[in-house]
Amino acid sequence: MTDIIKINGLDRVFDVSKPWLNRVTERLPKRFLRAVSDVSFNVPNKSVYALVGESGSGKSTIGKMIVGLLKPSGGAVEIDGVDLALETDPTKIASVRSEIQMIFQDPFASVNPRWRVRDIITEPLVVRRKPTDGVAEKLLEQVGLSAVDADKFPHEFSGGQRQRICIARALASEPKIIVCDEPTSALDVSVQAQVLNLMSDLREELGLTYVFISHDLTVVQHMADVIGVLYLGRLVEEAPRDVLFSNPKHPYTQMLFDAAPRMDSFGREVDPPKGEVPDAINPPSGCAYHPRCPLVTDICMLELPKTRLLGQSKVACHHAE
Amino acid sequence: MSDIVLSIRDLVVEIPTRSGILRPVDGVSYDIRKGEILGVVGESGAGKSMAGNAVIGLLDRPAKITGGQIFLGEKKINGLKSEDMRKLRGRRIGMVFQDPLTSLNPLLTIGEQLTETIREHLNLSANEALERAVAGLEEVGIPAARERIDSYPHEFSGGMRQRVVIALALCAEPELIIADEPTTALDVSVQAQIVALLKRLCRDKGVAVMLITHDMGVIAEAADRVAVMYAGRLAELGAVRDVLTKAEHPYTAGLMASTPLASQGQRRLRQIPGSMPRLGELPDGCAFHPRCDRAAEKCRLNPAPRLRGGESGAACWFQIDPSTEVPS
Repeated sequence: MTDIIKINGLDRVFDVSKPWLNRVTERLPKRFLRAVSDVSFNVPNKSVYALVGESGSGKSTIGKMIVGLLKPSGGAVEIDGVDLALETDPTKIASVRSEIQMIFQDPFASVNPRWRVRDIITEPLVVRRKPTDGVAEKLLEQVGLSAVDADKFPHEFSGGQRQRICIARALASEPKIIVCDEPTSALDVSVQAQVLNLMSDLREELGLTYVFISHDLTVVQHMADVIGVLYLGRLVEEAPRDVLFSNPKHPYTQMLFDAAPRMDSFGREVDPPKGEVPDAINPPSGCAYHPRCPLVTDICMLELPKTRLLGQSKVACHHAE
Repeated sequence: MSDIVLSIRDLVVEIPTRSGILRPVDGVSYDIRKGEILGVVGESGAGKSMAGNAVIGLLDRPAKITGGQIFLGEKKINGLKSEDMRKLRGRRIGMVFQDPLTSLNPLLTIGEQLTETIREHLNLSANEALERAVAGLEEVGIPAARERIDSYPHEFSGGMRQRVVIALALCAEPELIIADEPTTALDVSVQAQIVALLKRLCRDKGVAVMLITHDMGVIAEAADRVAVMYAGRLAELGAVRDVLTKAEHPYTAGLMASTPLASQGQRRLRQIPGSMPRLGELPDGCAFHPRCDRAAEKCRLNPAPRLRGGESGAACWFQIDPSTEVPS
């Protein structure tokens, strides 16, 4: 299989300094938050690549850089062989951009409440001056709503139905790739199942590639083919789903799996993990996980671990075996 | 039984609106015993938080309790004057909300907030209250509690803030803690810490906990018994292992089947069609019947049977018998 998305050495730094006047009067230096550092991975065509991590791990930032909502500070995102940051040919840029769409977490915030559903869904076509007749109706039926819903407003729908509208909008430009940023986190369990099933069906019907961003390990296990685990902006482990879940190598991945509540864990007494995700502005030296890691030794505090290949897993840890 | 801390009987909460009266809580009954964690689960709008707020008298107007009784120990507490209710709140019932940042006052140090609460409810000097506050913070696992007591809430991380809120809820040694989605805003690893903390406090101090959440995983891990709510009514009540593995109510069974489980692999999820009806548009008969695969004429015409007096069971005309039926 060919790789449809190639991400190489991706970096993103945010300037989180105080306003310049405060910096001058209080003699403060500029402060930078490195949300993503040196992340590389490839997404094969028609697969589901999941990014998991806790808040602040940079998973949404990577998603936004893939669709081009944020510019990388370093490194490159190549989609279908085109790097949007470097490409100069406008027709190529336009064709790649229509190949990639995004679904956001909050279906209440990501649709315009004053627009009719028809206008919301066909907007990606209108901006590209493509015909829109009957498209909204067809897409609504495809995502399990009915054609008459096209003339309604978003407030007439429940959360799950709005997320279906967002999916219909994402499908309007006939994309190859959809970046889904926590698509079911705001939904109830029974509705989440409907949306996940719909996404699986669409993937098979239309041959889509998903970049699936989530913090929920059970959802990721259900959806993904390959999973990348992020910690403080770095990819600490990447492995095919079954390999990762049966044999997590990185101590952070192991901790994440142990800490996640499970349905079959009645009265489980766990030793809860220690500490919390550190401040991304002043990350720990060496391996960022070392203050919480059970395997920590001197080298972990000094040296950043290189990514090694262990079986089918790629692991960035000095001690993982 | 004397070890029942909280007993709710046929609780009804109503909200009068222009288009009619809504009933976010409709005839709910359950008990919580000493040292027990009762999980209350349901989807958004199921009335689980509303029932919790009714217990501590924090219903926002115009919502009000219009039926049923709430007993704390031997004492009936619904219908108390707001002054009496205020003395009860914090002293005998502690509360932990979802968002720790909005439940702490950002302008006061955590020490001031703790000692204020302690001195309000217990007759202690300022120094004794301070000592107690430090002890309370140590108990919930805040490192260097004595140095951090003069910090403001924004100087703590999310997980630490939630610990402070739990310390605040515990500082007057209440018999009951109502925890409304205490881990929803937190990361997985911090969530595990807070769940372990709640379990430890419950076991060591014999506090009863009402744990309101939508996360079945948290319920499985923390709760002793679980109450499943749907559209303001109690759908099922029972020991957590029974309810989660051998659900008798079709809604609970559907909820379990629609949760992606480790064992299921990449099979299609079983889904419950539709979504929970809005309160103003509840169907006649059993509120779940339009989504239920066992619904019959009886369900369309008659409201589901109610669970009496906090007993275990399922509020359904056609309960699943887990011993004979294998869930599809």
